[in-house]
Amino acid sequence: MSTIGSAPTAPAARTDLRRRRLVRGGLVAIVMAYVGALLLLPLVSIAWTALKPGLAVVTETFAQADVRHALLITVIIAAITVVVTAIMGVVVAWVLVRQDFVGRGLMNAFVDLPFALSPVTVGLGAILLFGLNGWFAEFFTSRGIQIVFALPSMILVTIFISIPFVIREVQPVLEELGTEEEDAARTLGASVWKSFFRVTVPNIRWALLYGVALSAARAIGEIGAVYIVSGAIQGQTESATIYIFRAIEERETAQGYVVALGLAAISVVLLIAIEWFKRRITREDKV
Amino acid sequence: MTKPIVVEDLTKRFGGFAAVSDVTFTAPEGAVTALLGPSGSGKSTVLRMIAGLEEPTSGRIWMGEEELTAVSVQERRVGFVFQHYALFRHMTVADNVSFGLDVRKESKQAQRARVDELLELVQLAHYRERYPDQLSGGQRQRVALARALAPRPQVLLLDEPFGALDARVRQDLRRWLDDLHRELGVTSLLVTHDQEEALELANQIVVMHEGKIEQVGTPDEIYDAPATSFVAGFVGSANVLHGSVQDGHVHLGAMKVPGAGHLEEGSAATAYVRPHDIRLADPTAIDSVKATVERVTSLGWLTRLTLRLPDEQVLVAHIPQDEVDGVKPGDAVAVDLRRPKTFRREETAGPAPEPVTTA
Repeated sequence: MSTIGSAPTAPAARTDLRRRRLVRGGLVAIVMAYVGALLLLPLVSIAWTALKPGLAVVTETFAQADVRHALLITVIIAAITVVVTAIMGVVVAWVLVRQDFVGRGLMNAFVDLPFALSPVTVGLGAILLFGLNGWFAEFFTSRGIQIVFALPSMILVTIFISIPFVIREVQPVLEELGTEEEDAARTLGASVWKSFFRVTVPNIRWALLYGVALSAARAIGEIGAVYIVSGAIQGQTESATIYIFRAIEERETAQGYVVALGLAAISVVLLIAIEWFKRRITREDKV
Repeated sequence: MTKPIVVEDLTKRFGGFAAVSDVTFTAPEGAVTALLGPSGSGKSTVLRMIAGLEEPTSGRIWMGEEELTAVSVQERRVGFVFQHYALFRHMTVADNVSFGLDVRKESKQAQRARVDELLELVQLAHYRERYPDQLSGGQRQRVALARALAPRPQVLLLDEPFGALDARVRQDLRRWLDDLHRELGVTSLLVTHDQEEALELANQIVVMHEGKIEQVGTPDEIYDAPATSFVAGFVGSANVLHGSVQDGHVHLGAMKVPGAGHLEEGSAATAYVRPHDIRLADPTAIDSVKATVERVTSLGWLTRLTLRLPDEQVLVAHIPQDEVDGVKPGDAVAVDLRRPKTFRREETAGPAPEPVTTA
């Protein structure tokens, strides 16, 4: 819009400029109000409410046996989910990008299914498969393995819900990478595995970590599917989110708020990690 | 150490499309062979099949006495240089070069010595700790070459190695590769669409078109005795004249071009005449071709004359400057067309050869 060496800005142009600045400033204000009210305010209110009775309630809450157990369950679920989604997510992404097979498009669409399905539906599906009279129930019960109303089903549904995060982060990076570096490694004498671990993995590592952080956040925060398949048995299959739910129902609100705040703190840490990984991806893309 | 490459009846089909059909040739030991052809002629596919990166639909590949057809990529011991370098972007120059030694489990000491030697050879000794994105295109391709040579490959395969570089760097790197090859003497197969590159670097040229071989020969044979009309039009610049065969000449309206004795009387024919095979002639000579000068352009020691023939076809001639003193647009001149290459005109004579621009 600007012209070089023009005369001092005419009054009409100046008001125009002022109006444009006003519009831009207004937009920024709306976005900030939105982010503040919808995203930050709930966090702040939880922190405020949880910490109002003083810090003693925090130590007391975390000393409670059922709280500790619930957190342990959540950590176990998240840890296993992270490992499984990292490995399987990369494998699925790699197959979808590098292999040409009949039904690839369909499979690619199915990857998004967990995003589209309500977690409650996912939980019900798991019950129908593994629960009493479920399709796979006999196979496991005859071997003395309990899936439903136990940790295995909670892990299973959490993996199902979190895996698209890794796939969807790794896939475009693999796509853009192309096969030339892998081909070069092969001609230099590397086996498929060596070329994968020494060339492909370092190239996708930030996208992978980004996806893993997202799926960890999802795993920690999941409740719908986990609630249904776990049966919410206190002290046994109660995860942190289920604990919060029960605490609020049973009017142990103080403890509920503290655990909620703990989960929120983990999310913030993950958010920072996610942001950092994302920056690494874009920086390396410029190469 | 180095071996010849032998390719026999190599065919590659992608679905119903034959990218390469029945390609047979030998890349002699220690020589540079160029696979020359326009894009889509299947030359890169041939190279990738030799490297093992692509599986042939049928046909066989040997390196010396050893048949490679069923051998996996990593066991073929080929050095491959890619058009876009394909350097490992998360590794330093030194790590890139030592990669092929490291995966073969050579000692760290041997690796270091070999990396030093090769970086010296490609004149990048000071860049060992740099990352690929800190290098220019020419430097990256030299690192790629050092990396390909490090594990002492039996053959070197180069896929359009200068294709992504600008003209000046390409010239330098081409000359440098020529010197390097003289020093190393490793059997090399170079894929290129640039005929100048092939003529300059190769001892032997394989011209490919639409997945098939058009001609195999030395650069001189390809240039002076093209086997097909495609080769005549693709390699070197040439004027293309269409006419019909009568008494062993190609007749174009009132004039005729000799050298069509091998063609059937009355058939449609095309004559290819190189710009530097045209000279001004004595206008009274019976065989000379009459033309009108349209444009005179000085190219330094050569002058480019754009001539219009009586039947409206255009002819470009490159003539030493002192032979065309005083010729100006509008002049009527007589020209002598030397060494024309004549072919039967087919329905599909390949792409229309581009107008002559280079000497």
